[in-house]
Formats: sequence, structure tokens, C-alpha cells
Amino acid sequence: MKKLTIKRTTRTDFITYLGVIVAFLIMMFLRDQGVLNRSLTGQLVPICCYISMAISLNLTVGILGELSLGHAGFMSVGAFSGIITAMSLQSTIPYTPLRLAVAMVVGAIFAAIAGIIVGVPVLRLRGDYLAIVTLAFGEIIKDLINCLLVGYDSNGLHMALNLTGSKSITDLNLQPDGIAIIKGAQGATGTTTIASFTAGFVLVMITLVIVLNLVRSRTGRAVMAIRDNRIAAESVGINVTKYKLIAFVTSAALAGAAGALYGLNFSSLQATKFNFNTSILVLVFVVLGGLGNIWGSVIAATVLTILPEALRGFDDYRMLIYAIVLILVMLATNNSQAKALLGRIIPKRKGAETNG
Amino acid sequence: MAKQFQRGKMVPVPSRAIVPERDVDKSPILECRYLGIEFGGLKAVSDFNLTIGRTEIAGLIGPNGAGKTTVFNLLTKVYQPTHGTILLDGRDTHGMTTAQVNRAGIARTFQNIRLFSNMSVLENITVAMNSQMKYSMLSGIFRLPSFWKEERVAKERALELLSIFDMQHLADHKAGSLPYGAQRRLEIIRALATNPSLLLLDEPAAGMNPSETAELMENIVKIRDTFQIAVMLIEHDMNLVMNICEGICVLNFGQVIAKGTPEEIQSNPTVIEAYLGKKKEG
Amino acid sequence: MEFLSYLISGISLGSVYAIIALGYTMVYGIAKMLNFAHGDVIMVGGYISFCAMNYLGLPSIVAVLLAMAVCTVLGVVIEGLAYKPLRSAPSLAVLITAIGVSYFLQNAAQLIWSAAPKVYSPVVAGSLSLLNGQLTIPYVSLLTVVVCLVIMAGLTLFTSQSKLGKAMRACSEDKNAAQLMGINVNATISTTFAIGSALAAIAGVLLCSFNGTLMPTTGSMPGIKAFTAAVFGGIGSIPGAFLGGLLLGIIESMAKAYISTNLANTIGFAVLIVVLLVRPAGLLGKYVPEKV
Repeated sequence: MKKLTIKRTTRTDFITYLGVIVAFLIMMFLRDQGVLNRSLTGQLVPICCYISMAISLNLTVGILGELSLGHAGFMSVGAFSGIITAMSLQSTIPYTPLRLAVAMVVGAIFAAIAGIIVGVPVLRLRGDYLAIVTLAFGEIIKDLINCLLVGYDSNGLHMALNLTGSKSITDLNLQPDGIAIIKGAQGATGTTTIASFTAGFVLVMITLVIVLNLVRSRTGRAVMAIRDNRIAAESVGINVTKYKLIAFVTSAALAGAAGALYGLNFSSLQATKFNFNTSILVLVFVVLGGLGNIWGSVIAATVLTILPEALRGFDDYRMLIYAIVLILVMLATNNSQAKALLGRIIPKRKGAETNG
Repeated sequence: MAKQFQRGKMVPVPSRAIVPERDVDKSPILECRYLGIEFGGLKAVSDFNLTIGRTEIAGLIGPNGAGKTTVFNLLTKVYQPTHGTILLDGRDTHGMTTAQVNRAGIARTFQNIRLFSNMSVLENITVAMNSQMKYSMLSGIFRLPSFWKEERVAKERALELLSIFDMQHLADHKAGSLPYGAQRRLEIIRALATNPSLLLLDEPAAGMNPSETAELMENIVKIRDTFQIAVMLIEHDMNLVMNICEGICVLNFGQVIAKGTPEEIQSNPTVIEAYLGKKKEG
Repeated sequence: MEFLSYLISGISLGSVYAIIALGYTMVYGIAKMLNFAHGDVIMVGGYISFCAMNYLGLPSIVAVLLAMAVCTVLGVVIEGLAYKPLRSAPSLAVLITAIGVSYFLQNAAQLIWSAAPKVYSPVVAGSLSLLNGQLTIPYVSLLTVVVCLVIMAGLTLFTSQSKLGKAMRACSEDKNAAQLMGINVNATISTTFAIGSALAAIAGVLLCSFNGTLMPTTGSMPGIKAFTAAVFGGIGSIPGAFLGGLLLGIIESMAKAYISTNLANTIGFAVLIVVLLVRPAGLLGKYVPEKV
């Protein structure tokens, strides 16, 4: 019994890795065969980014147990710092995969810094107060980036904040050889798109390794202990602030890397893309996939990114259907009567998965 | 105190060489001086003076609302005392947080059980060993040798601790799904896993039947004997208190009204009046 | 003089936030949920009054009453269909459901009224000219402030004096205990949603009058901001919601005028964060530590 159960967590992890690898190989094969249509091919990188976002948010919401409504803010920080890095290093690092990797690392670092800035004050709050403040931070990050002007020329990086709406990219006084990278509310335009599906796959794998191994280490245990009972966690010597911050910042850094990849997948990107709705979108992946359930996040992110595409035929009714499906799923999975009804139709699974 | 991670084995027992021979009076593990707390002018506990010997089993009794759990909360810094000092092994715990006090040597259980209910029994115990484990977050992520080594030791030790209460077979169960008695026992084991020198038990026998209580009594003594630590317990079961406690402190309205051996307490008229009520049941 | 007119516009906007926040705070107090669909009920109120005035040619007061009636029904229906079955579910499930309802309302509105913004003419036209025309105050602004004060006073009286109001307070403290005292918890919660939604309708009319435009997403940002305002003042507290709304409106208006047009929201949110760090339960809220 004992050995069997311990194997179960390892087995769940193994299946998760294997599933992602197999899915990647199949998609690569299908794409190379030209079976995939254009819209789905275009979705490959965003799906990887959203999977990564969902896994990392699950670390905050499912494992740490704190509701964050501003996860898109970290994605945004990662996306724009990644774009700036990649655009500035175009001549220094001509080898694209390396430049992409550097951009993603820089994106992760900047998002981690943002995570520390947000986390230190926010993690002192509890419950819905914390949620509303992360929401506020997400909006603040969006607004700040919306004012950002960044250009690069032979003298290096030029930056300005367009606070009153009176400045434009010309105020940066770029050299004739310079390039405008971020143009305030217009966002990043003319970005060289260097993101690739392979990079997306690597990102998902790295995110999985980090989150799954973290959860199964003493750090993850401490974080889950705080989630289950903060006072008891303190009473067994766990520094609550430290572990909360570790989880939150790790989650932010992973979102930053995903953001960098996402940003480098589109030639044009506005800060408003990463608004409250995007945070909610990712939260929906996490909740539908199951709190603390990593492979659930992977599947939910994939299905729910493809679903709206698949509903394109319904056009205007697409989001309406999405909303109704969302409400019905929540009712079906959380209402005791509905659960009982489902239980009669679907035979009950033996043993609930814990933190799988 | 031997709190280090030695020879690849976590030592659950501070070695005999460090812990002196049983000496209740001369080398106290805990000393409270004029300890007190006010909640907005209301004195919940005041002038609480108590000394506990290194391997003493002490009882804290008193009627409901007397402030017993508040004393535990003060000792573990869930509340910061507004008056007085706490000396743990001669060291002032002033300004420490709950987590720091635990690392300094006080572990506790809770009146209303507070387990990590979504985690396994084994995880509940290994999480309590967190501050004794040294491998870094990166070693954990990359599964470096230190991760495997320390995790293996932690697991071995957790199973060893579980064997105190014969609970090894429950190691992989979810803590929240355990029966009530097992949850209480797990909480004690979890507290022990932090390697304390003073164990605070808040109503350990609550909700237990007489045979379970008898077993618990044996186990508390066994824990004290094997680990050579001091135990302080809050309990309403007088049979338990009178049988295993060497020193008893009686609280009423936040103040100590009596201190002494079980015999002294049993014959103390103030205690009988305050705690048991005026002689009615004879 | 400029300052005065910014202040007045801030107070007027703040009063709108306060009305929304009052509804939000009541619903939160009793249902303990972040009702993200509240902002979209505001939008529905706006559209109903718009249609009543422009398509049916009804007088403004009738339009407002109609909007209130429709929103009240809508609020009760939403509560009954989407939230009531989840009363014992984890709060995150309720939150996601509320978001689902919000999406639903927005997209339904888009299908019915299209995404294009509608020009909304204020319910009360004209403006008051003071100091030889140096200072003009739209009548709508005055109306907004008056309405807000009346609602605040009414709600305070209602929750402290009436039987139903007391039942609401009892439910928000402890639902089980309230039930044991013979209070019909479900009916009380439905009533709270009804009142909150009626307030949202009024807020919708005033908000659209203030902004002059109306589209399916009109309600979402003010909804979030009003919730911020409620948290700011101390959630669950009626004077807190009023104070929070008013302050947020003034801060936003001043920030827009004197600091940065682009960062007005940011400054409002930043003030919220600072307030919560200093007073974790908001300006007028009570901090209840966890009992061990």
C-alpha cells in the first residue's frame, strides 16, 4: 500500500512529462505534414505560453492557496522586457534560439523583481484583500507599460514615460540607425518574431520540472503547510513570509518567461493585451484543471485555448457559449446535487488525487 | 542542543551528555516571570510565574476561560506578551516570532486540531523537520544528492516517530481523513518532529475514551523518557493530570491560584473552591 | 477655480463609485463573494434606461424606475440560478461563476445592442452657472451627490432599524446562527442581491450620464474600481463604502488634472494599496485576528 502510493505521485509526474512530450511530437509531425490549419498552427506557441502561465499560477493559487488576480501583469513585464532584450541584442547575438533564451531569462528575472515588489507588501494581506490588491497591481503594471517609450540605437537603450500623453517616440531622440521598440499605448510594433513551437515545448517542460520538483521538496511542503494551516505552519518553525514569497516570486518568474515567449511570437503587442481579463482567463484554466493539480492545468489551458478557436464558426455567439459553458461546469463540479447526479452517471474514481 | 543534522542522521534525542541528570529545581527549561497580556484593558493573563524542569511533566489546569490556552499562545508567541519575560533554556524569547520560538525549542499542539489536512501523514511530519533540513530550493528542483539524502533521513525519522503511536501503516493517508484520535496523536508526533525541548499539549485527551486516554498517558511518559524533554499540558481529565504530572499549576481568571504537586493541589481548598466549585458533589 | 471644478467632478464621480460600492459591500458582506458581475448589472441598467428614453420615449424618471425593476429581477435571477447552488462550494468556484455571469452579460449585451458605443444624454440636462460663469456644475453632478447621500442615509437606517436589515446583518455575521434564530437565510440573501442590483441600476444611469457614452464593457472597470473603493473604506461597512467611493473619485479626478492623464487609475490603485498596508481592513473596517 505504502510503496504503491508513493509511486503514484511519481507516476503522475511521469505521465505528465510523457504526455507533454508525446503531444509535442504529434503536433510537430502534424504540422510538418501540413495537416494543421493555419489558425491552429498560429495557436501552438500561445498554447505553450498559457500552459506555462496556468502551471505557474497554480503554484500561487493551488499550492500556496492565495488568490492572485494579477498574474497577467507578470506576463506583461516578462513580455516587454523580453522584447526589449531580443530587439537590442539582434546584432550582438545573431543566433536566434540563443537570443530567445536570453530574452526569456531576462523576462523571468524582471518578472521576478516585479514579483518581489508586489509580493512583499501584498502577501501580508489575506484572502479577498490580497486578491483585490493583486488585481490593482496588475492594472498598475498595465498602465505603466502603456506609458512606456523605449528605443535602441548605437548609444544604447533610451527610455521615457509618457505620463501626460504628450510625448511620442520622437522625444527619445534616437539616432537615425535606431529602432523604436515600445511606443506607449501602441505597444511594441515591428518586433522580429523569433518564438518557436520548440521553444514553447522547452518552456513547458522547464516549468513542469521546476513546479513539480519544488512541490515535492521541502520548500513545496512548507508552502502547502502554510496553505493548509498558517498558524500550525508557524508553530512547526516555518517562516511564513519567506515561503509565501518564494512561491509567489517563482510563479511570477515563470509567468515572465512565458510572457517573453508570447511577446516574441507577435510582431505587434499592446500592454492592454495583459489586462484583468487575461489574468482571469488563466485563473479559469487553473480552477477548471483543479487546484494544485498540475496536469489538470496543462489540459485545461490547452483545451480552453483551442475551444474558442473551434467555436469560430459560431462567431458572435462564441463568447456567450464560452460563458455559459463556464457557469455550467462550475455548477456541475461544485454543486452537491449536481455532483450526486454526475456520480450516478459516472462511476466514482477511487481515491482522490492529492496535489498531483 | 544537538539540533544539527549529524552523521546523515537527524538525532531525535538531545544526547545525555548535554541534558543534565534530571534536576527539576536547578536547571529549568522554561521560566516565566510576571508574564501577562492585556486585550484592550482586559487582563487575560497576569503575573504568571512558572518554572518547568528539564524533564518535568507539568500540568496547567483551571476552569474554562481561565486563560490556559492564552498562556500557551504567549509562550509560542501567537500573542506577544504585554508584560513579563519568558526564559527558554535561560534565553529571553522577547521579540521572537512563533516560528523562531519553535526553532528555539518549544513545540505545541492545538485544542482544536490544526493539521495540514490536505497533506499526507508522512508529509505532516517531514514538514515539521523543515528547519532541520538544509538542502536549498535549487537542490530540491534539480534533485541534487543532498535532496535525496536528507529526504531519505527525514522519511526514516518520520516513520520512527510514527512508531511511537504505532501509526506507521497510516503514513500515506491524507491527514484530514484520519479518525479523530489518530489526528490528535499525529499532532503530537508533528510537534515532536521539530525536535523540541519543551512540548506543549493543549487538551491532548479531549474527546478520547478512557482506554485511549490510558494509552495516551503511557505515551506521554514514554515520550518524556525517550526524548528527555519537558512536557506541559492543559487537560480537563483530572485522572490524567493527577497521574502523570509532577508539578501542577492552577489558573483562574488569568491568575495562578495554586502551584504544587498533585497531592498538594488535590488538598488545596482554594483550588477545590475555584476549580471544582463549592462542595456539592461531596 | 479650476481646482474647484475638478473637485466637483471628482465628488460627482466619487458619488457614483460610492453608490456602486454600497451595493457591492452589501452583497459582499452577506454572500462573502467577489461579485464580478455587479459591474455588468450597472451596464444593463444603463442600456435599459437608454432604450426606455430613446426608443420608447419615456420620461427619465420612468426610465430609471424601469431600469431598477429590470436590474432587481436580473440580480435575483442571477443569484438564484448561479450563486445559490454554490452556497457551500469553495469561494473560488463562486468567483469563477461570477466571472462567467459577467462574460455572459457583456456578450449578451453585445449581441442585443452591438459593441458600438451609444451616446447617452444625461437624465437631467443643463448646468448651474456660478461666479459669473467661471464655474459650471452640471445638474447631473448635483443630482448624483444628492442621490448618493439619500441612498447612504436610507441604507444606514434600513440596516440598523428595520427587521429585514437586522436579519441581513445577522446573516453576514454568522449564517448558521441566523438560521437557528429563525431567519430565512436564502430569502435574506436574495433580498440583498435585489437591493444591490437596484442600486446598480441607479448607478448605471448616473455613470452613463457622467460619461456620456455606453457600451457593453462600460460597467466592468467602474465595477472593479467601486469594489476597490469598498475595500478602501472597509468592506462590509456602509459609511466605509461611501467614504471609499468619494475618496477614489476625488483622487482619480485630481490625478487626472494635475499628475497624469494616463496614470489616473494607477494612482487610485496605488493609494488603495498603501491604505491596505497601513490598515489591513480598510479605513473604517474592523480587523478581526484569527482565533487560536
